[in-house]
Amino acid sequence: MKYPYFPGCTLYTKAKKLDDAGRECSRRLGFELDELPDWTCCGATFPLVNDYHIAMSGPTRILADTKDQGGNKLVTLCSVCFNVLKRTNHVMRTDEERRAKITDFIERDYHGETEVMHYLQVLRDDIGFDQLKEKVVKPLEGLKVACYYGCLLLRPVKEIGLDVMENPTIFEDFVRALGAEPVEFPFKIECCGAFQTVHSMEVATRCSRDILNSAKNNGADVVITTCPLCQFNLDDRQPEIQKSDANFTTIPVVYFTQLLALALGISPADLGFERNLVDPLPVLQAKGAISD
Amino acid sequence: MKKLGVFVCWCGSNIASSVDVEQVVVQAAKLDGVVHAEHYMYMCSDPGQQKVKDAIKEKGLDGVVVACCSPRMHENTFRKAAGLVGLNPFLLEIANIREQCSWVHANNKPVATAKAVSIIEATLDKVKQNLPLETITIPLNKRVCVVGGGIAGIMSALDLADAGYEVVIIEKEPAIGGHVAQISTTFPYFQKLPELLQKKIDEVNAHPRITVYLSSEVDELEGYVGNFKVTIRTRPAFVDHDKCTGCGKCFEVCPVSVPDEFNRGLSQRGAIFRYNQGSEHQLPIINRDDCLHFSDGEQENGEKCQLCVDACAEQAIDLGAIRSLQEELVGAIVMATGYDVYSPANLPEYGGGRLPDVIDGLAFERLLDPKGPTGGRIVRPSDGRVPKSVVFIQCAGSRDPERHKAYCSRACCMYTAKQARLYKRQVDDGTAYISYMDIRSDSRDFEEFVQQGMEEENLVYIRGRVAKVFPEGDVLKVFTADTLSGRQLEIEADLVVLAMAMEPKSGVRELAKKMNVTIDGDGFLSETHIKLYPVESSTKGVYLAGCGQSPKDITDTVSQALATSGKIQTMFSNETLIADPLIAEVKEDVCSGCGICIDICPYGARIMDDFKRISMVNQAVCQGCGACIAACPNKACELINSTSRQFIRMVDDFSHKAQMA
Repeated sequence: MKYPYFPGCTLYTKAKKLDDAGRECSRRLGFELDELPDWTCCGATFPLVNDYHIAMSGPTRILADTKDQGGNKLVTLCSVCFNVLKRTNHVMRTDEERRAKITDFIERDYHGETEVMHYLQVLRDDIGFDQLKEKVVKPLEGLKVACYYGCLLLRPVKEIGLDVMENPTIFEDFVRALGAEPVEFPFKIECCGAFQTVHSMEVATRCSRDILNSAKNNGADVVITTCPLCQFNLDDRQPEIQKSDANFTTIPVVYFTQLLALALGISPADLGFERNLVDPLPVLQAKGAISD
Repeated sequence: MKKLGVFVCWCGSNIASSVDVEQVVVQAAKLDGVVHAEHYMYMCSDPGQQKVKDAIKEKGLDGVVVACCSPRMHENTFRKAAGLVGLNPFLLEIANIREQCSWVHANNKPVATAKAVSIIEATLDKVKQNLPLETITIPLNKRVCVVGGGIAGIMSALDLADAGYEVVIIEKEPAIGGHVAQISTTFPYFQKLPELLQKKIDEVNAHPRITVYLSSEVDELEGYVGNFKVTIRTRPAFVDHDKCTGCGKCFEVCPVSVPDEFNRGLSQRGAIFRYNQGSEHQLPIINRDDCLHFSDGEQENGEKCQLCVDACAEQAIDLGAIRSLQEELVGAIVMATGYDVYSPANLPEYGGGRLPDVIDGLAFERLLDPKGPTGGRIVRPSDGRVPKSVVFIQCAGSRDPERHKAYCSRACCMYTAKQARLYKRQVDDGTAYISYMDIRSDSRDFEEFVQQGMEEENLVYIRGRVAKVFPEGDVLKVFTADTLSGRQLEIEADLVVLAMAMEPKSGVRELAKKMNVTIDGDGFLSETHIKLYPVESSTKGVYLAGCGQSPKDITDTVSQALATSGKIQTMFSNETLIADPLIAEVKEDVCSGCGICIDICPYGARIMDDFKRISMVNQAVCQGCGACIAACPNKACELINSTSRQFIRMVDDFSHKAQMA
């Protein structure tokens, strides 16, 4: 099974480990991520202003390329790309006037034929978590995982439709398939502070602190995420949090594909853990997810 | 040859300013058969009607055309007047020269005048072929079926029974009383509801003219206004209530333990149970779905569970009982189907359905009931601790068009204020927070009731919507905002009470279909007209009361229930029902019995006569809409006094004039 794949900018730079692990795991799970040629940035934020069409031309071109390449499903790993592409596609499918305006401008014939899928969705709907469980060679038994969804993977639910908005479970089901134990924590769908990190870092710091504390208080060993920006805030803000709160203990924040890779038996040396600010290796070793 | 009269109305200047009424009278007088023609400023006025009556008497008219406004305005007025002087009312027709002539040709008097004459000529030709008709009388069965034994059904039934009519109540649950039986106290006067209600229930049970079907539902409905046949499906209680002494031994032996619906899951019950555990008046019943005897679970010895049967000294339990079907013939129906509480599980952000100390308003009522699961003590379901901080969240699931219900559930502002005040009276060192969007306290003494709570009982009202409720340690954290001061708030609560939206009772959609009653987009039963016909459904003879029609409090529910009773008594004040004879008619020798009209009739008025093999018209149900006439491939049906022959003649009149012009 071959899926057209849109990595997005961050997965070529800061979030390389999300991408590497995702591609390697797909090979082991028997599907191929076929990177779109000549892809451009998705735009990184979905234009919320009604008449702001130009920002949707980029993602529309990506969607039309997918269709021309002969694939009907486009897979993404990054929550932001997923959100922008999926919502743009929703406009293509439901708003004839805006679709005509945008496709006329980019001179493409596109009506929303592409199905935008998140990697997690491929695992759930196409592979199946039961099948995934069978492919796991190293069950992550005893590892307590806080599944952090963030905002963009789920909202707005009518356009995204990946899972219920207020109490999603897809991530927990995924973690169970890997043999690990998901912990229920009330901040799993709170905002991490997102782009506030650029100009009001204290906001992102506060948001991240509350999320991480909630995860730890509920017994988590590690936090997983699908979003490069969430990962950045939750991981890189921890020294800042420690400055204002001496009692704060750190907790590693890794991509879900990194955990998946471990469970599929991929060597931790290939997973870029050294790029994490809070080193996940001690906890993973202590819990037996990595043998020395 | 008929002697026809024409009466042309000025309608003040409405008609006379653009139609030359004198010229119209001159022209009309020349038309075939016309022996009298006159005009008058307001023909619908008393002197105007007198002119019509006088001319009928003096000239012996046997056909009349009044040229005036739309027949919807004054057709009845003039037909009544004609009837008083002995002319069959159906020999009088209206020629509409206002809406269809003077108003549309206001600036062209010659055209308007010529058109008025044409309309009158065509109407005269129709009158010539009109038949004198008599109104149809329909037999009237003066019995009433009330669907739903909540407070609406009870009050409606008692009023009708007291007026002398037999009433049948169909109640889905094993006891009447509805949700009111679960509520502790009224607002705004803090009266004890269980006592008030029990009095009414006793009256129902003692009433010689009321029959109650418990654990029952409407299986089928046939017939029409005055003549309904209701088939009632009753689930067995499996306990013979004539033998049962209510000793309670069966409760002790039943191995099943499931959440008690009546107590909103705050206590457990067996498969054999009292529907309302706090009511000593009720006798046990068995819920088939919960009972081990009926599930495939067998005991070790290979036999099915019948511990209760063995325990019963009176041998009152019969596990072989089956459901029964009974028929009742009635003339009117009251739909008092009530509401369900929108499930808190729909609000996962508040932990609804997941966190034990997040409960709905009705569950809080159970905590307040002295005969409820906690003996009337307000305690946390999780650990039985007295909550020192309670957050009440209003509009939970209401007024949220994007995700939940768009409408306001109307009773919540008031019952929340009542619950918070009762909480403060019981836990005087506790704090009651109320999260609200607006406070809707728009009835007598309601506003004062809320104000008193704020000022004298220190209820903390916070305007804003709660974002999130989650457990932290053994308390609940509530994230909200005070939008009046613009601050974000975090409240530590021991208990959270959700004032959940009301939604139509489950199964009402199917029931409405059986009754041919329309429902609105939210599933509530629709009245015919919100202002003028507020308790009439779209089906004649079916009336609406209570929360099945829209969310409301007990006061409004009872008012509406008594209104249905009044409407039905008005109908029952006649010995028979009268229907308009302007309905469809079948030419029996032309009808081939194809049945197309039966499918097309929106009122279910066309029926196949199995003996004659032709389609007949149910005169009581037909509304004269004409759908079957258009659909009939053989032209076997006609609308009485609006036959195709009459209409073609009228069209001929117009086209003839057009050719001449």
